[in-house]
Amino acid sequence: MQFVQLLIFLILFPLVTALFMLVAKKEIERTWIVKLSAVAIAMITIWLLITTFDKGALYSPLIPAEPSGLVMFILEMLIAVFILYLGIKHRKYHVIALILIQSAMMIFFEFSFASSAEVTSNLFVDEFSNILALIIGIIGSLICVYSLGYMKHFHEHHAGIPDKRNIFFFVMFVFLSAMFGLVFANNIIWVYFFWEVTTLCSFLLIGYTKTEEATNNAFSALWMNLLGGIAFAGAILWIGMSGHSLMGLDQLLASGKAIALVPAALIGFAGLTKAAQMPFSSWLVGAMVAPTPVSALLHSSTMVKAGVYILVRLAPVFSGTATGYALALVGAFTFLIASGIAISQSNAKRVLAYSTIANLGLVVACAGIGTYEAIWAAILLIVFHAISKSLLFLSVGTVEHRIRSREIDDMNGLIVRMPKLAAMMVIGIAGMFLAPFGMLISKWAAIRGFIDAPFGFIFVIILVFGSAMTLFFWAKWMGKILTVTSDGKHVEGEVDRSEWAALVSLAGLSFITTLVFPLVSVKLLEPFLLENYGNVARLSQDNILIMIMMLFLLLLLPLSILLPHRKHRHLAPYMGGRTTTQDMRFSGSLGVQKKAVMSNYYLTSWFGEAKLRPLGIWLCSALIGIMFIATVFRGMFP
Amino acid sequence: MTFMAKSPWIIHYDASSCNGCDIEVLACLTPMYDVERFGIINTGNPKHADIFVVTGSINEQNREIVKNLYDQMPRPNVVVAVGICATSGGVFRECYNVAGGIDKVIPVDVYVMGCACRPESIIDGIVTALGILEEKRTKMVLDADAKEEHRHAGLRPEHISKTEGAQ
Amino acid sequence: MITFVWGLVFVLIAPVIGGLIAGIDRKVTAHMQGRVGPSILQPFWDVGKLFEKENAVVNETQIFYAFCYTLFMAFTGALFFAGGDLLLVIFALTLSQIFLVLGAYSANSPYSYVGAERELLQIMAYEPMVILTAVGMYMATKSFNVSDIAASPFPVVLFIPGLFLGFLYVLTIKLRKSPFDISTSHHAHQEIVKGVTTEFSGPSLGWIEITHWYETVLLMGFVWLFFAFSPILALVAVIVVYLFEILIDNTNARVKWQLAVKSSWAIAVVMGIANLAALYFLNGGIS
Repeated sequence: MQFVQLLIFLILFPLVTALFMLVAKKEIERTWIVKLSAVAIAMITIWLLITTFDKGALYSPLIPAEPSGLVMFILEMLIAVFILYLGIKHRKYHVIALILIQSAMMIFFEFSFASSAEVTSNLFVDEFSNILALIIGIIGSLICVYSLGYMKHFHEHHAGIPDKRNIFFFVMFVFLSAMFGLVFANNIIWVYFFWEVTTLCSFLLIGYTKTEEATNNAFSALWMNLLGGIAFAGAILWIGMSGHSLMGLDQLLASGKAIALVPAALIGFAGLTKAAQMPFSSWLVGAMVAPTPVSALLHSSTMVKAGVYILVRLAPVFSGTATGYALALVGAFTFLIASGIAISQSNAKRVLAYSTIANLGLVVACAGIGTYEAIWAAILLIVFHAISKSLLFLSVGTVEHRIRSREIDDMNGLIVRMPKLAAMMVIGIAGMFLAPFGMLISKWAAIRGFIDAPFGFIFVIILVFGSAMTLFFWAKWMGKILTVTSDGKHVEGEVDRSEWAALVSLAGLSFITTLVFPLVSVKLLEPFLLENYGNVARLSQDNILIMIMMLFLLLLLPLSILLPHRKHRHLAPYMGGRTTTQDMRFSGSLGVQKKAVMSNYYLTSWFGEAKLRPLGIWLCSALIGIMFIATVFRGMFP
Repeated sequence: MTFMAKSPWIIHYDASSCNGCDIEVLACLTPMYDVERFGIINTGNPKHADIFVVTGSINEQNREIVKNLYDQMPRPNVVVAVGICATSGGVFRECYNVAGGIDKVIPVDVYVMGCACRPESIIDGIVTALGILEEKRTKMVLDADAKEEHRHAGLRPEHISKTEGAQ
Repeated sequence: MITFVWGLVFVLIAPVIGGLIAGIDRKVTAHMQGRVGPSILQPFWDVGKLFEKENAVVNETQIFYAFCYTLFMAFTGALFFAGGDLLLVIFALTLSQIFLVLGAYSANSPYSYVGAERELLQIMAYEPMVILTAVGMYMATKSFNVSDIAASPFPVVLFIPGLFLGFLYVLTIKLRKSPFDISTSHHAHQEIVKGVTTEFSGPSLGWIEITHWYETVLLMGFVWLFFAFSPILALVAVIVVYLFEILIDNTNARVKWQLAVKSSWAIAVVMGIANLAALYFLNGGIS
């Protein structure tokens, strides 16, 4: 019984914090409430893990005549009205249409089938939920702490933007609450409710700065996610109309592919929109106008993970079906194309956005294939990506405040200007593509997962090309940061303590998770896989040892730079023999002073957004179409 | 015995040469003379080079460049002035824009005469330079050892003799 | 089964073998060009000389990067020859090369910078093919471990001839031979001076040389793996392949990076799909 109380605490406590945030007037109150809440949430998630990790899937007992369903319906309608009002106010007709359709569907459901929809249990927790809860509870809390320092500076620098920090933090904590609800909910209606709440939070936070661009991008995100919401509502209606008792996730998964495929495909489509897979990728890229903590929390480590979370949950239904394959191909091609586009981007946040889309695509591909090895890879990808990407987003946010730019070419020589911050970014970037760090392990697992799947070699080929592309854009960014320029003021001093705390913690987490992932795999992932797929995947012991060796080497070696040593004679860089000043100025022809400026290759003629995005949109739209056709086909001819 | 003489890498720079001596330098790399047998590689990068082969004389444009290239060469290194222009200014010595030979800017170790030099003379000059290179290497090692001893004995660097600083 | 001893043997012996291969390379090249060429021990003298030079640097991190490059390359090769996981070998190889690239970036010099970007393009060009080769070997022998693949009694190359040809194509890139020596090479002047290695000198450059020897032996090991069922045939294959690379090197001019990347990728896609699909269906629809 204990665990149910923990689950409810985790869902409701952030709400309480959120309400306090609305009323807290002074900054010092806000700071303390956020910090204390963050610590509480993190500790409770860890406590939940400790008390439940070895118990398999635990389901809450059903309380008859629960008012929660009704409460949720009322809240949904209120949200719908709110969105309708905003849609009318800003004249966004597609949003109005979508919210009306969605509300109509849910009203129809509520009055026709809600009372007859039976679930075995509303809340549950298993190993996978625990993992996601850790991500929400630890990384989410760290990001909220980071926001304290970040938003303070944000408003100092952007005097024109109205300071609505109490609303900001209110929405952030409501979002955390909704995410916890999402991963602990077994009742699909509950999942839908929390899903919609996250859509709303994302919409509010993207539009925080109230500029025209932000407002437009917020509505863009809204309509795409509402489209997914309609699909989700469609799934719920289908379940209601089917007459089977499928409203619980456990019931749905147990009912077998033949029955569950249609709702699974519809919910899967919702997952694709939430995870910004192509053709719905533009909302995530547009969401980068939001303040950095929003990008870190919602649009890389947590909310978009909800999309892939539900896909991984439904993977047993997808595996081995044409629907699943089409879904997997959507993910795979999104991975490939988004990685390509990322090469051509010079804005750091856009690179991170496209990289996020790409990695989520990889998770979707694994989920679509749905073998035990693929799911193992998928969960590893989720974990490691959340850590590294949030670290990168937070670093970029802090760096942006200091150097007033998000362009990668402006981060030249960051290791000299902001050594500690540059080191964090390097750790984050290394964590995204280098052995022995997490993402590399996950990609390795994905290769293994794809290879043994039917027709897996197609996915392997797509994966290796995408992977080569990611190497290119990460390494060139890393090189820029590590250039040792002789000029450059040391601007690190004024970084806020809360920002440091979050950054250092995440950097530490990167190392620790890479170190302990074998333990996580054995204790959490294997029972989960065994329960749901009947088989376990693991890396061999030899390989684990070797990677730990590499990790230690990588930890210890950079310290050698700090060792005292005799200074060597310094030579100037080769500039054809020309006399060059410290900041790379030389005398060009006719005695004109020039500066040597080096910028990255962006290869826009190959990987430009204008070129690749249409390709991705058409390809993935076609694949989604195939996915639905295959589902219907299978439904008609079981 | 050092490895210096066995693997001399050159950087060849045309200061203001008419290209006559340059062509002869490049001829040394052709199959007819094939200096690669001696391990000589034309690197074109001062940081990789041991021998600085200069043709042509110093004028205002290349004064700084010759100095910079020489400074960017790790020690030990030697300079070979190829051709009469590099040695003293040659037929252009009296010109208003010519300062003279290479030794106006950097210390030269070997002068190779000729206008244009024959490849045989150039190779001869390089071989002589190799001997000087070896000497410099030996001296570098001795100086480094002496410095270590001084440091251990607690003496300050000023007490070390003048010659060490010059190299 | 990983045998630590073989790894150690690699770390100690590979530089010698690699250096000799490099020396033979120069000798054969010279004879192809109608010259006599240096002694086959010349590379050792080159490295010896480099270590005798003053350790002057552009910045203090360069030595660290050069050393890490060597360390991880030795580690990668040791892992390979000890019989470890082929994918992990490839990932460790990437890791070591990133150090070279970062070292070039750190110098803040235009030539070295362009060299680094081109080096990344090279890596992007050959990496798909190399991983697909490993995947092909897995599909042929059911294992990623070098020890298992080497112990396989049937000729692996007969299962993956397409991938073998593709691998040979990208081998030219990895060995830094024309027409694909776009980031640095051992030859004379390049349009970007020495590319990646422009700003390295003295002992750091010596370490980079030694690392190239390690890498050469590792790559020859890869080639060997295709023919591992018969050591004599494998040795012949290695020799023939390397001589063939020297021939290609001497008869081709360097291409632009666009051609290098496009052609490598095209070959990887074509060979990958064709060969892996064939293997897939040969195995009866399971991998």
